[in-house]
Amino acid sequence: MLAVESLTKSFDGFRAVNRVSFELRKGEILGLIGPNGSGKSTIFNLIAGALRPTSGSIRLDGSEIGGMSADQVCHLGLARTFQIPRPFRKLSLLGNVALAAFFGQRQRVTRGEAERQAARALELAGLPSDPRATTGGLGAAGLKKLELARALATQPRILLADESLGGLDHTEMDQAAAVLERIRAELGITIIWVEHIMGVLMRVVDRVIVLDHGENIFEGAPTEVAQDPRVIEVYLGKGHK
Amino acid sequence: MSTRAPWLAGLAALAALPWLSPSAYFLHIVILILIWGFIYTAWSLMGKFGLVSLGHGAFLGTGAYTAGLLWNFAGLTPWLGIPIGVALAVLIAVVIGYPCFRLKVVGHYFALVTLALAEVARLSIVAARDITGGSLGMTPNGVPTSSWIAIQFADKRYFYFLALGLWLFGLWVWRRVDTSMASAALEAISEDEGAAAAIGIHVTRQKLTVTIISAAMTALGGALYGQFVMYLNPDTLAGVGVSLQIVFAAIAGGMYSMLGPTVGAVLTIVLGEALRVWFGTTWIGAANTIYGILLVIFIIYMPRGIVGLVASRLPARLLPARRPAL
Repeated sequence: MLAVESLTKSFDGFRAVNRVSFELRKGEILGLIGPNGSGKSTIFNLIAGALRPTSGSIRLDGSEIGGMSADQVCHLGLARTFQIPRPFRKLSLLGNVALAAFFGQRQRVTRGEAERQAARALELAGLPSDPRATTGGLGAAGLKKLELARALATQPRILLADESLGGLDHTEMDQAAAVLERIRAELGITIIWVEHIMGVLMRVVDRVIVLDHGENIFEGAPTEVAQDPRVIEVYLGKGHK
Repeated sequence: MSTRAPWLAGLAALAALPWLSPSAYFLHIVILILIWGFIYTAWSLMGKFGLVSLGHGAFLGTGAYTAGLLWNFAGLTPWLGIPIGVALAVLIAVVIGYPCFRLKVVGHYFALVTLALAEVARLSIVAARDITGGSLGMTPNGVPTSSWIAIQFADKRYFYFLALGLWLFGLWVWRRVDTSMASAALEAISEDEGAAAAIGIHVTRQKLTVTIISAAMTALGGALYGQFVMYLNPDTLAGVGVSLQIVFAAIAGGMYSMLGPTVGAVLTIVLGEALRVWFGTTWIGAANTIYGILLVIFIIYMPRGIVGLVASRLPARLLPARRPAL
């Protein structure tokens, strides 16, 4: 449903993403992993319209979306979360999510409907839907959940989840993984999951793409990834046996 | 006690004011406060979302001069001249605003662009001295007696009610914007444009909409001010001076509250008049200096303005129940 072809992004001559191609199939959870600086978040920003590709194409159901603005991409049913949460502190928790429901969908919804959808998204992400709740009391895990709730409220077909669960403990990581599985099972949303550690991700995803220095070095089943010599080199260093 | 009651009482008092035989001077000051209160309210529609315009004088001048020039040179009634002036101000707002918002010119850079706009407007008026009278200003052609067609009245009470209506209209617009989803979107934009765009908010459109509303209202206020004082001057209706006056007054009064900008108008106009009367011609410039110092003190110690400070000190039950946009 989403086809990325020779996607390239250069920043002043530095190639953050170099001719990356992959395809996302309807209904799957695709893992996108790689060390810090391997180009994962840049690919997300390119797909989500936060950055314009230098070259290459991104097609959603056959039509080009590369170079569209972020709000256009959102209206086409592609929602994203940010690696470092970006909450709107001046708005309530429900307000953050209701805003996404109100503005993020292509069809117009009433404010009441937006608030109902927001409450559902908050519950799914595991946050209170109480209108008095603010973003003030949320820790790292809570802010991640808010990112997720805001993305879900736009009623996407594809979710770009920049999880990078760095700040979370084991229980929180398992919870986050369980939520993504529920999102696919209950809402039928196709997911790309970005992560830099392999652990939890491997149990959940259908396929994995490994990036290094902006290039696609592996694509296949999560069971095979740990045996791939290039992946081992990237993650564990040269000379490891 | 209903929160409506004090509002209705205040409104009744304002409506009855002209029959309490106030002096012409007092009525004049109240009219000025209402007109400038409307203009400051228009500015704060942008200001409270971090869209700090230092160029609203340009809109003021566009509204006032367009109506005045069309009346003097084409005999066109201000009833048509004012809408044309408002339309021109909107056009200028779009020509300046659209590229700024598209290219993400924000914060100090946006303020600088608008600052330049104010000066361009003033210098343009001065340069077109053959028709505008340049820096000497111009006077709209008078009519022998009062005339609705010319919007000129010997009796100040007419202007009082026009200004009162305009001011109430401004508060109504402020309220409409404040409780709209667009307001929440603009709050989000003012915090993080990228995150706002990611949830589907068209950042440029939202900013441009509120800019157009603000510019149109400012031009309308400028035009009525010109009709009232019957004298247009590029220094009082365009340029940096009046643009900064708008900013200071709105901030001092409190740009986050509906009545804040009006309180700013009361403060600046009463203070300005009082200082002018006390000092007279003894120490020329003293009044302006004290005025400036007081404004700086207000802004430093009351960043949310007078109304913001008072509201934060009052117990919550005394404040009108406000349904936040989100």
